[in-house]
Amino acid sequence: MKTTRAPRIVATLLLGLIIQGIGGAADGAAAPQSAEQQRPGDGEATRGAADAALERRTSEVASGLRCPVCQGVSVEDSPTELARQMRGVVREQLAAGRTPDEVRAFFEDKYGEWILLEPKANGFNLVVYILPWLALLAGLGVIVIVVRRWTRPPPGEAPQPAQPVASSLEP
Amino acid sequence: MMSWKRALSAAAIVLPLLALLAFGLTRNPNVIPSPLPGREAPQFELLTLPLAEGGTPETVDLAALRGNVVVLNFWASWCLACRDEHAPLSRVARAYADEGVQFFGIVYDDSPRNARQWIEAMGGQAYPALLDPHSRTAIDYGLYGVPETFVIGPDGTVRHKIIGPATEQELRAQIDALLLERREIELPAGGEHPVTETI
Amino acid sequence: MIRTLAGAAIVAALISAVLGTLAAVAGARLRRTTLVRAAERAVFANFWLMTLANLAMVYALVTHDFSVSYVAQVGSRSTPLFFTIISLWSALEGSILFWGWVLSAYTAAAVWLHRGRLGTLVPYATATMLAVAAFFFILLVGPANPFALVSPAPLDGPGPNPLLQNHILMAIHPPFLYLGYVGMTVPFAFAIGALLSGRLDAEWIRATRRWTVVAWAFLSLAIMLGMWWSYEVLGWGGYWAWDPVENASFMPWLTATAFLHSVMVEERRGMLKVWNLSLIIATFLLTILGTFLTRSGIVSSVHAFSEGPIGMYFLVFIVLVTVFSVALLAGRSSLLGGEGRLDSPVSRETAFLVNNLLLTAFTFTVLLGTLFPLVAEAFRGVKVSVGAPFFNRMTLPLIMGLLFLVGVGPALPWRRTPPGHLRERFLLPLVVALAVLGLSLALGSRDPYALLAFTFGGFALSVNLGEFVFGTRARMRAQGEAAPLALVRLVRSNSRRYGGFTAHIGVLLLAIGVAASSAGRVERQATLRAGESMSIEGYEVRLRNISAWEEPQRFVVAAHVDVLRGGEAIGGLDPRLNFYGGSDQPITTPAVRSRPHEDLYLTLIAFERDGSSATVAAVVEPLVGWIWVGGVIVFLGALLSAVPFERKRVVVGAAAEPLDPEADALETAGAAR
Repeated sequence: MKTTRAPRIVATLLLGLIIQGIGGAADGAAAPQSAEQQRPGDGEATRGAADAALERRTSEVASGLRCPVCQGVSVEDSPTELARQMRGVVREQLAAGRTPDEVRAFFEDKYGEWILLEPKANGFNLVVYILPWLALLAGLGVIVIVVRRWTRPPPGEAPQPAQPVASSLEP
Repeated sequence: MMSWKRALSAAAIVLPLLALLAFGLTRNPNVIPSPLPGREAPQFELLTLPLAEGGTPETVDLAALRGNVVVLNFWASWCLACRDEHAPLSRVARAYADEGVQFFGIVYDDSPRNARQWIEAMGGQAYPALLDPHSRTAIDYGLYGVPETFVIGPDGTVRHKIIGPATEQELRAQIDALLLERREIELPAGGEHPVTETI
Repeated sequence: MIRTLAGAAIVAALISAVLGTLAAVAGARLRRTTLVRAAERAVFANFWLMTLANLAMVYALVTHDFSVSYVAQVGSRSTPLFFTIISLWSALEGSILFWGWVLSAYTAAAVWLHRGRLGTLVPYATATMLAVAAFFFILLVGPANPFALVSPAPLDGPGPNPLLQNHILMAIHPPFLYLGYVGMTVPFAFAIGALLSGRLDAEWIRATRRWTVVAWAFLSLAIMLGMWWSYEVLGWGGYWAWDPVENASFMPWLTATAFLHSVMVEERRGMLKVWNLSLIIATFLLTILGTFLTRSGIVSSVHAFSEGPIGMYFLVFIVLVTVFSVALLAGRSSLLGGEGRLDSPVSRETAFLVNNLLLTAFTFTVLLGTLFPLVAEAFRGVKVSVGAPFFNRMTLPLIMGLLFLVGVGPALPWRRTPPGHLRERFLLPLVVALAVLGLSLALGSRDPYALLAFTFGGFALSVNLGEFVFGTRARMRAQGEAAPLALVRLVRSNSRRYGGFTAHIGVLLLAIGVAASSAGRVERQATLRAGESMSIEGYEVRLRNISAWEEPQRFVVAAHVDVLRGGEAIGGLDPRLNFYGGSDQPITTPAVRSRPHEDLYLTLIAFERDGSSATVAAVVEPLVGWIWVGGVIVFLGALLSAVPFERKRVVVGAAAEPLDPEADALETAGAAR
């Protein structure tokens, strides 16, 4: 555990600071501004439609990166500040012409393979990509064989006439 | 009548799984090794946080510090564990100031105002605090949270990473080793650099 | 005092579980009714002893008795009473204690309902459940003792994990999860009992299926509530992150779902006996594996309990259960023979086979992905992550296949499909599916998987709803009943069948909600000063001000936000950050404006301490509400299909199957009750 439990007094001091600060500010923020006078928020709020493609690529890359200060959530989904800044880095590098793979490699270089939410599809990692499909194919093979064997009429027995059970009687 | 085929095929699936789980019990999933120790420290040029309101910030360039032992401590005013390591860090910084060991605190995800108030509340800091706009340096150092401390050798490589609050003992041990090494380099060439990581 | 009492109750429960197991096995082998009765008494005694131990813990929590180790760990004088009570299951030891109570309650209910029936099967099943309970009681006596002495007792404790005391859903998600998880012990015990007694007949299948449906219903609801909790608490607008612990609850759900379908093939055609037993055993093992994953600290997860020495115990238990079940399954193969017969490949039977294949492959994929970080570390020595992108890539094709089957399967008749049947049954659903596809395209949906999900979902919904419509119409024509009465009578005439269709409809609504909300999600983040606003999907989100206040157990910072649409105020939302004592990491508390067609979801990301500005994230997600509604419908449908509305056809011959001849009178008296 990184954050130790500090004495309550410290926390209370910190919180006291917050209360004080907010109390002071609430007075100043009494008069609401009209929409025209607004200062725009940070860059993310005012991006134009022209950047839509860049945004899409950014979120594509960001959803494949693991937020380092969270538990299993991606950089795209995490509301934390670090994740926000990491999204900024992704956007910057993509805008500068780097490919998504190069951006991923940049983060892997800093954090290790752990940062990638999807294992790289090469070498040993292929196991996790291929094995499920092999299992599915094998299962499909078993079903095909079994159904063929079970539908073959046993020798000396006439095939039964088609008589589906009335549907309202089925469980 | 025993169906050995069935038993064997079940065992073939289950046994590796159990072995894996047993192996897992010996591991800690929360310890993620950093690739940084042993590599060249990521460069940065950051502005200091002037402790007086309206003071002039100075630029700190890591490259200019080559040849010195450098200790980088990432912290934030909202981080409770950072309070625990504040005193030991300042003590060690003062003790090694004469030997050319440079300490820097890098403010992570925090406003300059909060950081300044925190330093005041803690009774000052024995070394400069650096501001890291947009957490770029933090990302360069592969930060997982605060506090984290990096010890950089005279050759400019990251030699040691401390995750969680740093203790005086550990800091001294790391710095002493590097200072010794520096002296050895000045005499004959040393062996391989030890690379360690503590959590 | 309370410690001694509760400690004695747990030790007594352990002794009674061990003796009860021995008595039940001996009673079944020697055919001695008195021994079986003794085991039943042990079961009921265990229920009362565990009730006592749990009440003792609640009492210790409420009275802040910090000399009790568990209270010292999760209690706090400032925590509100309600969250103090539910902190019974907020950490490792308490959750095992609660588990013990749920298990003893299930065991008591199963024994009460089935005693004196099914021959020696019930005594063997009783022994199995008592043995499982004994394992949990050993944990409570040893490594997970919640009643250990803390001396000197601290004056106050840290309180439960902030994440768990931040939302009311934490009061209902865990109990339902335990009801689902622990409930899978009963069908497992019946499977072991059937293998030991050699009794694999229709009555066994009925009993086992019913218990599985009950546990499955609770598990389904619990998974949905867990998603809802994530959505309401974790602050990123998502509800499923493929976290190892989410996967752990999902895997037994998948195998139990497979069983609930394939068991029908066994009932009708006497096939797949070994397969069905394997599914039950796998389901139980996966619940224990899931508990192991959460409690051992083997994988990192947001929900993981603190690590403890308890992992080794679970591992040994998993090994014992696996070896025992596999040996039994292999050793009893003579019982399980029976060549299958199918009339046609185009039939309900084949649909169920494919359904089972997809669900099993799904389980395997999730299991492999969850454990792959360990595999990679063992073989490569490198830490890797396996997260949402992987699971989505691998499982979406399987999910699409399953959605397809939910539509096609119910329309396929058993045995064989007469010519023309498919055209007749599929024409209308096909039209609906194409209409839904056209509508989705018109509304701007372009994600291929989402489009596929809407199309298959529309098809399957009309097939499953169609069953109700056609059945009701037939009754109205044949009996001259009014529509509502005909519908009620229809459902009651075969609650199992229509409960199943209801569950299908719930799953489909849930799937459509998931597809729409993940493909159509729009997110925007901005730092706003008071009076400033940002716009998202036609909403205007305007920050009014920020305020902060102190509550006994936490400190709250809230942004007060006005929501406008077309310049008109349509409501206010207050996303908050809650700081719990002793922790510097705030717990985000999003504010949600939920409407059937979409949710507006606001999270307070950060704020200036002088209150001048706040960073707010806004997410608009279509059809999220459908997920919760769908989950509740699944639950209701499953309950419907478990409840026997038809008068129970008590076959006296089956009930009066005496273990020893002298007990005949007693048996008959028991059955008549």
